[in-house]
Amino acid sequence: MKSLVCMKVAPKVDQIKFDEVKKTIVREGVENEINEADKNALEAALSLKETHGGTVTVISMGPPSFEPYLRLAVSMGADDAILLSDRAFAAADTFATSRVLAQAIKKVGLFDLVFCGEASSDGSTEQVPSSIAEWLGVPQITYANNIKIEDSKVVGRRVITGGYEIIESQLPVLVSVELGANTPRFPDFRRKRWADKEFKLTVWNIQDLGLNPNDVGLLGSYTIVKELKSLPAPARKGEFVTGSPQEIAKKLAQVIKASA
Amino acid sequence: MSQILLQKEEGKEENMNGHEIFVFIEQTDGTIEDVSLEVLGKAREIADKLGGSVTAVLFGENVESLTGEVAKSGADLVLYGESSLLKDYTTEAYAKVFEAQIRKRKPDVLLIGATHNGASLAASLAIKLGSGLMAHVIDLEIESDTGKLLGSVPGFGGSIVSVCKCSKGDIEMATVRPGIFKQREPSTSRIGVIQRIEADLKPEDKKCKVLERSVKRTEELARTERVVVAGLGCRGELSLPKELAEDIGGSLGVSRPLADKGLVPKDKVVGSTGSSLNAKLAIVLGVSGAAHFSSGIRDVKTVIAINTDSNSQIFKLADYCVKGDLFEILPYLTAELESSSK
Ligand SMILES: Cc1cc2nc3c(=O)[nH]c(=O)nc-3n(C[C@H](O)[C@H](O)[C@H](O)COP(=O)(O)OP(=O)(O)OC[C@H]3O[C@@H](n4cnc5c(N)ncnc54)[C@H](O)[C@@H]3O)c2cc1C
Ligand SMILES: Nc1ncnc2c1ncn2[C@@H]1O[C@H](COP(=O)(O)O)[C@@H](O)[C@H]1O
Repeated sequence: MKSLVCMKVAPKVDQIKFDEVKKTIVREGVENEINEADKNALEAALSLKETHGGTVTVISMGPPSFEPYLRLAVSMGADDAILLSDRAFAAADTFATSRVLAQAIKKVGLFDLVFCGEASSDGSTEQVPSSIAEWLGVPQITYANNIKIEDSKVVGRRVITGGYEIIESQLPVLVSVELGANTPRFPDFRRKRWADKEFKLTVWNIQDLGLNPNDVGLLGSYTIVKELKSLPAPARKGEFVTGSPQEIAKKLAQVIKASA
Repeated sequence: MSQILLQKEEGKEENMNGHEIFVFIEQTDGTIEDVSLEVLGKAREIADKLGGSVTAVLFGENVESLTGEVAKSGADLVLYGESSLLKDYTTEAYAKVFEAQIRKRKPDVLLIGATHNGASLAASLAIKLGSGLMAHVIDLEIESDTGKLLGSVPGFGGSIVSVCKCSKGDIEMATVRPGIFKQREPSTSRIGVIQRIEADLKPEDKKCKVLERSVKRTEELARTERVVVAGLGCRGELSLPKELAEDIGGSLGVSRPLADKGLVPKDKVVGSTGSSLNAKLAIVLGVSGAAHFSSGIRDVKTVIAINTDSNSQIFKLADYCVKGDLFEILPYLTAELESSSK
């Protein structure tokens, strides 16, 4: 099995603040992490490799600061990692992002599976996976868990409104892995030393991918942002109810009755 | 029928007002998704404002019987395509027949409910058509000077919204978050035109096969007046929260990790990837109040939170805050409610 995993590095969303005057997102001091669902995607790829052999390559589009996270993925078990990095790629919407990722996947060559997470934690458009499948012309199983290979076909459990379906596809295929679908493994400590010091990360820029500057980043995007705004937090009383458990229960029961 | 078609053909090039809005009507086993009719209602409102028309597009195996309801819910024209290859939703087959229809009729706008199927279909179509796509918008407006669609796209868990528009391509596209817009009362006086369309598919076009499906529709959390929300702090032990939900005559919702563990169905999730509550009362137990969760309780009238951590973010989002162990407090609370209801 040759698997590729599209992995994004995202800011910790709970640390993000909004500057109400400048109308911009405050990113200073905000920590980054491997996008949560992409850890599930990587885990799905690694566990298939354990059963069926093959390789797992991680691909990410982003600035050079993503590098340590790609090395982290390698220490978790990925065989190779490619960073797609160029100033021209900046400020891409899902159209331009998926185009760059798909172009890199084509450059890697033959593959059986492309994994994505179901969503990024910051943008959460959920559009990049299906868009990549379309650029590549391969079928897709989105929002999947329990991904297995049976008779050289992929079978996954796909979450849909009100339930799930079991869906089967021929290879090659794109699979977007449900957030929380599995428990991602921890980095292997011995492997981590190697990944940090000796592993040679591949970096591709716009020329390496043979893309036109008009087709990537802001220029290659098909949507534009007119303005950003924050939704004001609803006014809440924030009143602490104290006392013994019995007293608290009595007070809460009154609140509950009053809210009828 | 011909009147609408004529109007459209003439209107297309010369008349800016000839807006045709396409709405995808998603159905599973003959049941139309609520969000599709919500989107249809909003499309009707926009079309009336712009003097345009609304075309609903429906695919499946035997779906003709659903078209009447769609017409009554706001569509001027209902296009339906039938094929045994469209019985189950698969992105490849649906995107192929949908693309053909869009290339044929060249609508100005395409709106799709942001279910999992809808989001996958929309993202595939956007690439096929070379068009911009706004993700699960929570509001839609028309920009006054350009007549373009403005979509409010939530990000960062739902706390920040970017107002976007499509800047390239022949069609403007958006997926719409479920539960945002209102369905129209079906009106028998609306006469929509119903038209069967060709669904040109070969067996090879269907690359995925649905082997099994299990769908159970339960009462929608978004419409429940009183909700008890359980989080990881409940340690998977849901009998007390369930009892409390019963005592207050409400239902149980959860933070996402509890559903990921398979303890409750996914449609009980509160938050950016689940429901946004509109309840009068929510009692939130052992939930930390992460950004992706918080957007789900924004519109609740009264929020009670119980958490052992006095610094928990959830207390900034609650009206009545209890710093304490939910397992200690709940037995007294349920006893209190049960005795006073006698
Ligand atoms: C793309 C994306 C989408 C997401 N969508 C959603 C979504 O829609 N909905 C959602 O909920 N999450 C969503 N999440 C996950 C979200 O970020 C949080 O991880 C999640 O909400 C945390 O759940 P929790 O509060 O139950 O658990 P935790 O954060 O672990 O909080 C548990 C809380 O319980 C308290 N506690 C522990 N023991 C007790 C006790 N005995 N009594 C009282 N309190 C106790 C603790 O102090 C703690 O505050 C999403 C994440 C991503 C990346
Ligand atoms: N810049 C990126 N680099 C690599 N993968 C990405 C990138 N952006 C999005 N993805 C993939 O697409 C998935 C969905 O992202 P989104 O469409 O932003 O919600 C993520 O979980 C990743 O797998």
